[in-house]
Amino acid sequence: MALFEFELPPPPTKDLKPLFGEQDLVRRSASSVPEPARKLTEVAKLIDVSKCIGCKACQAACLEWNDERIPVGENVGVYDNPPDLTPSMFTVMRFTEWVNPQTQDLEWLIRKDGCMHCADPGCLKACPAPGAIVQYSNGIVDFNHENCIGCGYCVDGCPFNIPRISQVDHKAHKCTLCSDRVAVGQGPACAKACPTHAIVFGTKEEMKQHAAERIKDLKSRGFATAGLYDPPGVKGTHVMYVLHHADQPELYSGLPKDPSISPFVSIWKSAAKRYASLAAMAAVVFAMVFHQVAAGPNRSSDEDEENARKLIEGRDK
Amino acid sequence: MSAERHAVSTIKRHPLDVRIAHWVAAISFILLGLSGFALFFPGFFFMTALFGGGETARFLHPWLGLALVLSYLVLFVRFVGSCLWKREDTIWILRPSDVLSGREENLPEFGKFIAGQKLYFWGMALLFAVLLVSGVIIWQAYFGSLTSIALQRIAALTHSIFAVLAVLGFVIHVHMVTWEPGTLRAMISGTVTGGWAWKHHRKWLREVVAGKN
Repeated sequence: MALFEFELPPPPTKDLKPLFGEQDLVRRSASSVPEPARKLTEVAKLIDVSKCIGCKACQAACLEWNDERIPVGENVGVYDNPPDLTPSMFTVMRFTEWVNPQTQDLEWLIRKDGCMHCADPGCLKACPAPGAIVQYSNGIVDFNHENCIGCGYCVDGCPFNIPRISQVDHKAHKCTLCSDRVAVGQGPACAKACPTHAIVFGTKEEMKQHAAERIKDLKSRGFATAGLYDPPGVKGTHVMYVLHHADQPELYSGLPKDPSISPFVSIWKSAAKRYASLAAMAAVVFAMVFHQVAAGPNRSSDEDEENARKLIEGRDK
Repeated sequence: MSAERHAVSTIKRHPLDVRIAHWVAAISFILLGLSGFALFFPGFFFMTALFGGGETARFLHPWLGLALVLSYLVLFVRFVGSCLWKREDTIWILRPSDVLSGREENLPEFGKFIAGQKLYFWGMALLFAVLLVSGVIIWQAYFGSLTSIALQRIAALTHSIFAVLAVLGFVIHVHMVTWEPGTLRAMISGTVTGGWAWKHHRKWLREVVAGKN
């Protein structure tokens, strides 16, 4: 028996009260938030790559729920369609054909790519616009488009190459973990649509327990290195994968083995650098004022003027 | 007219194109500083209101950067000949106490620009070159997809550090105007007094008088 319900109850049709909101923020880009009065239970989406059949129902559901459309694509020689995330397509199935050197089996590794909802979000760290990126205590990292200025710093901050800047509205877009659905007790649209329950949603604890069962099952069937992808380099994620080859996440279209916020981003955005910059500028301003008071002004005298006049008149003669 | 109240001599220092380029550079630098500070220091984000909001500030900042680079290019072409390092410049570097206390009688005669101005000229040229390249790399709207994210991270860090260095140079540059009265008019009317030129740039004054400059 499952530890949680695969099928969540239908959404309420009246008296809709959001289960979380502004008061549950734990991080807010380029600004601070008061300590929230309560701590929500952490949620997570678990993507069991071993159960994925590559049907792309999750992509269709994502477009449908978020009211996005993508143009009819072109075949670029792989099953990935569209070939990459776009400002409208927040999730893409990435297909990898891999010959397992041990078994000589051709394995079809299909990873549903999208925002990982990091506990330590690089996008939020890099964002200069107050409130454009927020993190709720349930783990959801969300973009607030009304505050986004379209600078693209989140793209540089993200260790997973997820945010995309729209050339239409010049805002950053990514998966919201269906924060609007979660707020009324629903799971993400992709999880709802997944026909094999490869995508499931629940509390992070439930998802870890479910993953443990799945990993046990995979190991019993010969996948000795099966495991959970919940990378500690970003303090864990709220979208996790069950991988049959958890020791080689790179196999799955370059899923990073040990993702973390780039040191360049950390230094760029460090408080130490901000304070050092301000201190250096203040020191130079103070030094200039001090110099002015102590040594200035360095005025030319009547004698200088007289000497200049003599020089000039010497020429005129 | 009384004998001691005679008209002060006037020397032409900067032609009109140099003055226009200088003020385009100065104004764009200040606007770049304000918008850049707003995007760099969360506490200064409110300054984006001066530009009509965060999005406009983000949009304008790189174009202002181009205005700065282009105007500085004019200044570079017009000044580079006067900014080559001379022997007296090394002496200037070696005697900071005479320089800082304004005892120019202890220093050699200087040409159109003193060593500090030359350092500022070359320093800003270097900083602006780095800021231009790193800025283009992080200009998301046009170049976001042309460079790797790894490179953009380095460019963003470099851009923020070099911008602060440019501000430090700018503060010193502005201070020198207040410290040496009579300097500002060189960039407004384009002229200086003979006395000012005699005191601060005597070698240049001699060249001007001799008709060489």
